[in-house]
Amino acid sequence: MTALLVSIALGVLASSGIYLMLRPRTFDVVLGLTLLSYAVNLFIFFMGRLKVNAAAIVDGQGAATLARYADPLPQALVLTAIVISFAMTAVLLVIALRARAETGSDHVDGTDITVNQKPPQ
Amino acid sequence: MNWPDLIILPIVLPLMTGALLVLVERKSARLPGWLAAASSLAGLVVALLLLERALTGNVQAYLLGNWAAPFGIALALDRLSALMVLLTSVIACITLLYASGGDAQRGRHFYSLLQFQLMGLNGAFLTADLFNLFVFFEVLLIASYGLLLHGAGAARLKASIHYVSFNLAGSALFLIAASLLYGLTGTLNLADLAQRVPLVTPDRTLLVQSAALLLVVVFSVKAALLPLYFWLPATYSAASAPVAALFAIMTKVGVYAILRVTTLIFGETGGPAAFVTSPWLEFLALGTLLLGAVGAVAAKSLRVMIGNVVVASAGTLLLAVALGRPDTVSAGLFYLVNSTLVAAALFLLADCLRASRGSADDDFRSAGTSDVGHVAYAGNSHTLLGVLFFTFAVGAAGLPPMAGFLGKTMLLQAAGQTVWAGWIVAVLLTSSLLMMIAFAQSGSALFWKPAASSADGLATDAIPPASPTDRSSIPALPCHAAHPASLALLLALLVACAVFAGPLSRFTQATSAQLFERQAYIGAVLGASAVPAAIDVRREMRERKKRAIGETKP
Repeated sequence: MTALLVSIALGVLASSGIYLMLRPRTFDVVLGLTLLSYAVNLFIFFMGRLKVNAAAIVDGQGAATLARYADPLPQALVLTAIVISFAMTAVLLVIALRARAETGSDHVDGTDITVNQKPPQ
Repeated sequence: MNWPDLIILPIVLPLMTGALLVLVERKSARLPGWLAAASSLAGLVVALLLLERALTGNVQAYLLGNWAAPFGIALALDRLSALMVLLTSVIACITLLYASGGDAQRGRHFYSLLQFQLMGLNGAFLTADLFNLFVFFEVLLIASYGLLLHGAGAARLKASIHYVSFNLAGSALFLIAASLLYGLTGTLNLADLAQRVPLVTPDRTLLVQSAALLLVVVFSVKAALLPLYFWLPATYSAASAPVAALFAIMTKVGVYAILRVTTLIFGETGGPAAFVTSPWLEFLALGTLLLGAVGAVAAKSLRVMIGNVVVASAGTLLLAVALGRPDTVSAGLFYLVNSTLVAAALFLLADCLRASRGSADDDFRSAGTSDVGHVAYAGNSHTLLGVLFFTFAVGAAGLPPMAGFLGKTMLLQAAGQTVWAGWIVAVLLTSSLLMMIAFAQSGSALFWKPAASSADGLATDAIPPASPTDRSSIPALPCHAAHPASLALLLALLVACAVFAGPLSRFTQATSAQLFERQAYIGAVLGASAVPAAIDVRREMRERKKRAIGETKP
């Protein structure tokens, strides 16, 4: 049941992210990439299997097996992934703002076809 | 040289230099350049020492933090890694030399970004851990975002948005693939994965296959495979010349990663994921090759054309990798060295050429009469550029006597024994013909049409600065002594590739034979034992605990 719920949540996050990434505005693309990276981070986390009430730190009481503890490795991986995706979002935002200032448009191609279209003279 | 820590030096050296450069940059105008040059030359020496070590034929592993292999991260050095690190160092030195002609001063942090890019490239070539590979990919990508924007300008910003968002989506897929493989096998070490992927139970076959294919898709984003390469010509042609030359090695990272995983993990012994890329990769590589060549013919400016030539050469390399036989891989590696050097040379040459053409830039039209004032390479040097262009074009199109011809011939010979023989011969020869046409077209447009206006013998040393043009791209800098010097270096290397083709091809044969001897790699990485530490903190803590318990008990 938990697995189904988690899969649905991941699917919704990822598909919204992909939809937004395919939009023409840079801000939508940034949001889309953010949502996608959330989905990916959760996916990494869940690859250590879903486990309730289990610590990732071995406390010395009982055998240190995955039956008693949560897998700590995906938790370490997800930290790296979160930091990288956060930094990347910041970089992309700066580039998008700079492009908006230079080209005067927030279209991903730098020009807005619908606005710039002039009737032939 | 028996120093074990040498393997990590190609990563640590650029990291430290890059960090130092950030500090020094504001204090002095000249120091950063010299510092970067010293570090890059030291990197070249280290790469040569590593190559010498790899020539023994043993795979050498280095355990980071002294943790035993599947638990900690390991670096591994084999012939392929050594070759790629050396190629990176060579390109870096030449790029740096060219950039010292003025390009480095067009924006801030050029030298430090270049060093971080080197760190990412070397790390990706040396690591034996999948997640660590992801981290080094990110390092080299972050640096490449900065380098692409170097000097700014609207064209670069536009290209950057596409490049960055595309690669971010690629990174997301990389994470999905890596964590899926971890979820299925419980390991991220490449050598350990090679042992555990075949053991995955049959009910998870589809999951392993999708993880493997996702991984190949991610690497294909970097390697510029057919549906994923459309960002490349725009990005490479927008970047400043030294950056574009350095980016010539970036597509090779993708090719390297595909080669590594397909020979080590998803090869013959891959169990449920054996030969998972076949026949898709062969088919798409052929398509890439053909479309790259067509793109080169259709391009309207020189740098876009070179971008398409890079795509076509990536297609050739991926074809060699996809066929997955020791002789095709050996031919591909031989071609890789040549095509990387030639792509870098062409990008640098295009920049010199732009400087001489004023507002005509690198478009395939003759420089107008108003541009005659900007002609910096009049007379003899214009002819010299033409001769260089011809030589590099011969190398890129794969004609004798350059080494590109030998690479393609070896590939044709090797591919003749596969089921794809007919297709490969047809596509490879057609694309070579198309590239020849493209180079002939562009050469005559660039060199013969403006000849009438620039033949009035202007003195070469009286170079007026190139005026800023109304185009969105940034004008090239006037000729500097460093520009012809770096071109001459590249020319010498290319000629050396052709002259010493025998030893080089023997080396690539040994390299590919080593790649298909998986057990040597696996044994070296997993069998590497931790160095006994001078002070064992853990044992000391255990003993102290014991003593404490012993004291409290009585």
